[in-house]
Amino acid sequence: MKMRNLATWFAAAALLAGAGTAWAAGGDLGQAEKQATNWTAIIMFAVFVIFTLFITKWAAARTKSAADFYTAGGGITGFQNGLAIAGDYMSAASFLGISAAVMTGGFDGLMYSIGFLVGWPVVTFLLAERLRNLGKFTFADVAAFRFEQTPVRVFAASGTLVVVAFYLIAQMVGAGQLIKLLFGLEYWIAVVVVGALMMIYVLFGGMTATTWVQIIKACLLLGGATFMALMVLWNFGFSPEAMFAKAVEVKTGIATAAGKAPDAAAKEGLSIMAPGGFIKDPISAISFGMALMFGTAGLPHILMRFFTVPNAKEARKSVLWATTWIGYFYLLTFIIGFGAITFVLTNPSFLDAKGGLMGGGNMAAIHLANAVGGNVFLGFISAVAFATILAVVAGLTLSGASAVSHDLYATVFKHGKADSASELKVTRITTVALGIVAVLLGIAFEKQNIAFMVSLAFAIAASANFPVLLMSVLWKDCTTRGAVIGGFLGLISSVGLTIVSPSVWEATLGNPKGSALFPYASPALFSMTIGFVGIWLFSVLDRSARGAKDRAGFLAQQVRSETGIGASSASGH
Amino acid sequence: MDDDLAARIARNPKYQELKSKRSSFGWLLTILMLVVYYGFVMLVAFNKPFLAQRLGEGVTTVGMPIGFGVILFTVVITGIYVRRANSEFDALADAVVKDALK
Repeated sequence: MKMRNLATWFAAAALLAGAGTAWAAGGDLGQAEKQATNWTAIIMFAVFVIFTLFITKWAAARTKSAADFYTAGGGITGFQNGLAIAGDYMSAASFLGISAAVMTGGFDGLMYSIGFLVGWPVVTFLLAERLRNLGKFTFADVAAFRFEQTPVRVFAASGTLVVVAFYLIAQMVGAGQLIKLLFGLEYWIAVVVVGALMMIYVLFGGMTATTWVQIIKACLLLGGATFMALMVLWNFGFSPEAMFAKAVEVKTGIATAAGKAPDAAAKEGLSIMAPGGFIKDPISAISFGMALMFGTAGLPHILMRFFTVPNAKEARKSVLWATTWIGYFYLLTFIIGFGAITFVLTNPSFLDAKGGLMGGGNMAAIHLANAVGGNVFLGFISAVAFATILAVVAGLTLSGASAVSHDLYATVFKHGKADSASELKVTRITTVALGIVAVLLGIAFEKQNIAFMVSLAFAIAASANFPVLLMSVLWKDCTTRGAVIGGFLGLISSVGLTIVSPSVWEATLGNPKGSALFPYASPALFSMTIGFVGIWLFSVLDRSARGAKDRAGFLAQQVRSETGIGASSASGH
Repeated sequence: MDDDLAARIARNPKYQELKSKRSSFGWLLTILMLVVYYGFVMLVAFNKPFLAQRLGEGVTTVGMPIGFGVILFTVVITGIYVRRANSEFDALADAVVKDALK
């Protein structure tokens, strides 16, 4: 495998994992080998699709106004929304990638899970309920609440579209590779199928259909993963120590077979129980941790979900449920990874001639499904993995489309005077356009290394969207000028620093090793600082009349964010 | 909301109480979360041997319960906030709304 990875401190683990880095919130599954056509998986996936199309039909009948389309009429409960948020976050890449990373690196795999989980409490403590009380359809509603609408909306729509674009490309390429791998379909067929189905869900069913597809998928994924983890634990009499001991034994055996001396082999076996070469330089570690932690609080498709619940209480409950399900899911992937060491690495029928996994390193969970549940369960897990990508892509598209129609069209061009019907029309046109663009980009990027794209999406979300959102909600003296200039500085610096970082400059653009100007794995530590300082500086220096008005508007905004008085109520039904 | 109403609500001592309680509790928990997460990252970066120590006779290391502890802590701390907000903060907010609409 090539040393092409988005993060140097993830490189060791991901390299071992085989087929490139895998990302909790989406990502690259690397170049996959085409497998034999798997009919069980295809039939199960077809059942899922037919079922979700019925849901879309039901949702379409309920989707009349713009509010129905963007927020499912505000009628989703906290529990349901928690599952949907968890669904947005538990991608196929996280399921396959983290379990593969645990299979290869043991303890190091746990580091991925923790990084992706710790952003949720911050969202809960600082933003969730305030978002619900201030916003209507998009996070720009909140960021622009007391500011001059046009510049802030333009910024927020740019932030949204850039994040969505990178995230979407990563998902589409991941989908194509995964489906080639699991179903034995051609890459372009897979990409077109994902694009077409996603358009149907979003166009006709809006947020209602997207949410329910996400909820169903989350349940299937959690159910399937629970079954696998239980089967693994059952084989060890539900003793984690027995599971770890056997895994260490297997790893030691593999090292011995590779010709290592007994001492060295024993050491290598035990290495899965402790941190290995995961974190090399602390700056990269902190910077990456910041991108993951605060990026979560700036992802537009996640933020949008807070407007689908009726009030602040349900918004809070939904993050608690989401955190619980995501945390539980990461426990499962950890057990699945250790199970794969014992049941996959010791079974010659899952290994190729060189001792690697058939179909690439990310197949650990798929082979384990076969080992513990036979061919039917293998088909089930493959179908769930496909459904997962589909649901995530639908959520992303919806959020991109709403930025164009609600923020740009209705607010910037029509100055808030667009009627619901024409706004919906623009959303639908945008959805089709985004779908076509996503399919074309997915095909164009087939052979490219896109592993950096999800990390870029997180870094941009953390450096542009999150600072503007946080400062506009919590800081009295923030002004339009400060928010827009600081926000764009965060956006530009995060994109710029990523381009000159080793993972893009050297690995993707092919410049010589060591020529990257920015030595660290993630720009977030620097670009977030630039974003926050920019907002602060240009707000403090702002002596304009507009700035005075922005500051004066804080009191009313704060009262509404704390009490919910005047907040958009649930459901227009 | 008009500015008079906002100013009237802002003068309500219950509103002041809600605002300061929610804000200090939220930031306190945020800082706790940051300390726990970055503490863990620093432990991994600077003291790997500590995490690699074995617990008792078996192969399980100190790092395992600590790693899982961070996951559990994340869920529990979120639960603690939501619990207090759903009871105490919401009750205060309801009282403020009631006073405002009198």
